[in-house]
Amino acid sequence: MLAKRIIPCLDVKDGMTVKGTNFVNLRTAGDPVELGKAYSDNGADELCFLDITASYEGRKTFTNIVSRVAAEINIPFTVGGGIQEIRDVERLLNAGADKVSINSAAIYHPSLIDEIAQHFGSQVIVCAIDARNDADGWHCYTKGGRQRQELRLMDWAHEVQERGAGEILFTSMDHDGVKTGFANEALAELANRLSIPIIASGGAGEMSHFRDAFTLGHADAALAASVFHFGEIAIPELKQYLREENIPVRL
Amino acid sequence: MDVAIVKYNAGNIYSVVHALKRLGIEPILTDDAELLAKADRVLFPGQGEASNAMAYIKEHALDKVIKDLRQPVLGICIGQQLMCQHSEEGNTDCLGIFPLEVKRFSPKVHEDKVPQMGWNSIYNLSTPLFQGINEHEYIYNVHSFYVPFHEDFTIATCDYILPYSAALHKDNFYATQFHPEKSGSVGERILKNFLNL
Repeated sequence: MLAKRIIPCLDVKDGMTVKGTNFVNLRTAGDPVELGKAYSDNGADELCFLDITASYEGRKTFTNIVSRVAAEINIPFTVGGGIQEIRDVERLLNAGADKVSINSAAIYHPSLIDEIAQHFGSQVIVCAIDARNDADGWHCYTKGGRQRQELRLMDWAHEVQERGAGEILFTSMDHDGVKTGFANEALAELANRLSIPIIASGGAGEMSHFRDAFTLGHADAALAASVFHFGEIAIPELKQYLREENIPVRL
Repeated sequence: MDVAIVKYNAGNIYSVVHALKRLGIEPILTDDAELLAKADRVLFPGQGEASNAMAYIKEHALDKVIKDLRQPVLGICIGQQLMCQHSEEGNTDCLGIFPLEVKRFSPKVHEDKVPQMGWNSIYNLSTPLFQGINEHEYIYNVHSFYVPFHEDFTIATCDYILPYSAALHKDNFYATQFHPEKSGSVGERILKNFLNL
């Protein structure tokens, strides 16, 4: 049976992880490769590295990090942050990434999704959608959540699937950072309407939140950052717990 | 040990290169018939579309080269599919090493997503390729097409929509549908076993 995936997300700035000081005993504090390896050894199913630097130099550093991850880590990983055009995708895939996550650029230039799918196949595209449940329903946001779009979550999610996205990484801005659980109703609607895998993001605070994202939200995978980085939830215990809750996980 | 990787127009070959390097092997990536023939081990990995891949392989006369290999050969993902007789993907005639048909997953319920993406478990493991691997260990998959279970050639079974061949074996030819190079320590052991065949 296909396992539900647990994906730690690492924010990388100028080649160093931004969070993650409390996690295990690392030789070099803040080295994304070492942190990623520690997660991989602890049972993470995939890794996600987001480049939060904007500068050209920062992007070059990030590409080097991606190469090192590819050389040293033996589980799949997604990279994202600042991808604007197909050349960025090519650079990151050539460095050894398995998948790329695109966000704002897909909303501004939807044909980018078609283009990536044609060149590299749908399996490399994770379309990240940041959305908020406003008074008039779920809307997409760009620019790190600062810019509201008239585009509705369900319409956009359907469109990216039709254009060839392989997976959707859905972050509920209402839930992100609040640690009260994932946006399970919206997740379930996405899972019921779409045929591609949905990755839940935003809201993890306790182990039961992951269970609910899978049982109530029908998510295929769940992504989190701070609960893992600050050692609040350890992945081996989380997976043991999920297995006891009858959720298929890789142990 | 000389390990060669078949160079053709398929993606994601570098992750196999990295995986071998982690095992202390410096593989060569080549489409040269002589280099492939004299290597101790040959890997035939990749991700891609069957008809394009076969067209390239035929154009470069690699079809005969691969079929004539006598050392242990490991096909991975599309590599496994191309080693079969025929694929539904692009209605493609393949290498015919395994007399088997490659089919597309057809979902039975909404939850059956295609491609299968993620970790699934394998069972009924046989041959030294799986030495030291426990039944029901998890391995990483990304695929829309599969080879049905066959009692003579299937050496590992996986359940997704239906039981299918997670791995095949015939003579010196081995193949996995999953990606050992992305399957953590289990995958690493499988690659090590292949090198030790």
